[in-house]
Amino acid sequence: MGVVFALIGAALAALLAGIGSAIGVGQAGEAATGVVTEDPSKFSKVLILQLLPGTQGIYGLLIGFLVLTQIGILGGDANISAAKGLLYLAACLPMAFVGLWSAIRQGRVAVSSIHLVAKKPDQFGKSMLFPAMVETYAILALLISILSVFGIPALNI
Amino acid sequence: MSEQAYTYAVSRIRSKELTLLDGAFYERLITSPSVEDCHRQLEERGWGSLSEEREKTWQLLQELVGDADDWNVFLLPQDYHNLKAAVKQVCTQSGGESVYLPAGRVDPDLIRDAVQRQEFSLLPEPMREPAQRAYEALLHTRDGQLCDTLVDRAALDAILQAGNASQSAFIQQYAEWTVATADIKIALRAYHTHKPDSFYEEALAPCQSLDTTRLAEAARRGIDALAEYLALTDYAEAVDAIRQSVAAFDRWCARRMAELVAAQRHNPFTIAPLAAYWLAREQELQIVRMILSGKAHAMPQDAIREKVRELYV
Repeated sequence: MGVVFALIGAALAALLAGIGSAIGVGQAGEAATGVVTEDPSKFSKVLILQLLPGTQGIYGLLIGFLVLTQIGILGGDANISAAKGLLYLAACLPMAFVGLWSAIRQGRVAVSSIHLVAKKPDQFGKSMLFPAMVETYAILALLISILSVFGIPALNI
Repeated sequence: MSEQAYTYAVSRIRSKELTLLDGAFYERLITSPSVEDCHRQLEERGWGSLSEEREKTWQLLQELVGDADDWNVFLLPQDYHNLKAAVKQVCTQSGGESVYLPAGRVDPDLIRDAVQRQEFSLLPEPMREPAQRAYEALLHTRDGQLCDTLVDRAALDAILQAGNASQSAFIQQYAEWTVATADIKIALRAYHTHKPDSFYEEALAPCQSLDTTRLAEAARRGIDALAEYLALTDYAEAVDAIRQSVAAFDRWCARRMAELVAAQRHNPFTIAPLAAYWLAREQELQIVRMILSGKAHAMPQDAIREKVRELYV
């Protein structure tokens, strides 16, 4: 039963963070396309901004992969207790939910930053900082999820 | 169209905003030695004739917003302008295609055909009755002003209806503002020209922020009564301008409209930046037209500059 809970956790981390990133990157992509339609020379700048909300999906994938490795689904003994399974599920939640929400919000900021670059290309450096601020919280969630995932095997339950 | 769908459109508009004319360019036009030189400078900025520029803006926005209902509030004035033009053209047997504006929802040719054949059912439903009334009024009374009043009132009603039908708070506010300020201008002009009571009933379009019955009563009693009534409404700040002149009230409206749009233009997920661009282009055309006309009539540079300052908000 434990492996089911753990797998649900891994799936949630990959799913929700991935969905958030898809929404964020999609939103920023619409804005980027608009800018490039009028001025193709800004392609590289707006592409970088479009990709920023994509990191949460990668973090979710990382957490999912780590959990699958730890619980033995990718090789080894997949027999863990229900309590440990629930712990893995709990460990995945920060990345799942913060990943989802921060990617969506980062997508909105990325859209605004793309508009900033459209009007003032020389402000590209500053425009990168605004979406990067949102990234902070995805990284904090990633950190907590990683520490938890690595800490669970040592627990004797 | 959902808010999300405007992301692409707003991005293109942001890039387009870079090509808007600015105060420094207007100053160069004002100090140009001749109209020809002004045209040369405009051509260097990629400008064609004024009507071509209007057409370009309309085509761009048409491409970006498609048949979004939210955009109707900006297009209805053109449709009703074309209706007035068609009624006058048919009733007075005058020619000329240049009186029609391209930026509308309804094809000007269709409007003209409907009026010419008196088949008003060809027009969209809200335009049918005012078209017929305006046509009959002009045909029987030869009173062009009555014809204008009927169509203008219908336009205001249609704008308010389009605003109320919109999900966008900005569009609702824009529609309400447009109708209310138009009502105030009508009342102000009617007071100055001593219009009969029936005119107020015919011309004023009811809206939420103004009681048109009280507005009409106040306008009949004089400028003080009008100012007194407006001081109790959302338009209290306009009282000083109203006491000065209609032109001063027009300038106040332009400034407030710019503020209304500016408050929303940085929200990249709404239609507001597109509306701001449309209004900015309209203002640009108005200023360029004014400068070219001033140059053509050999107006002094300071006089042109003063007029540009009034328009450039």
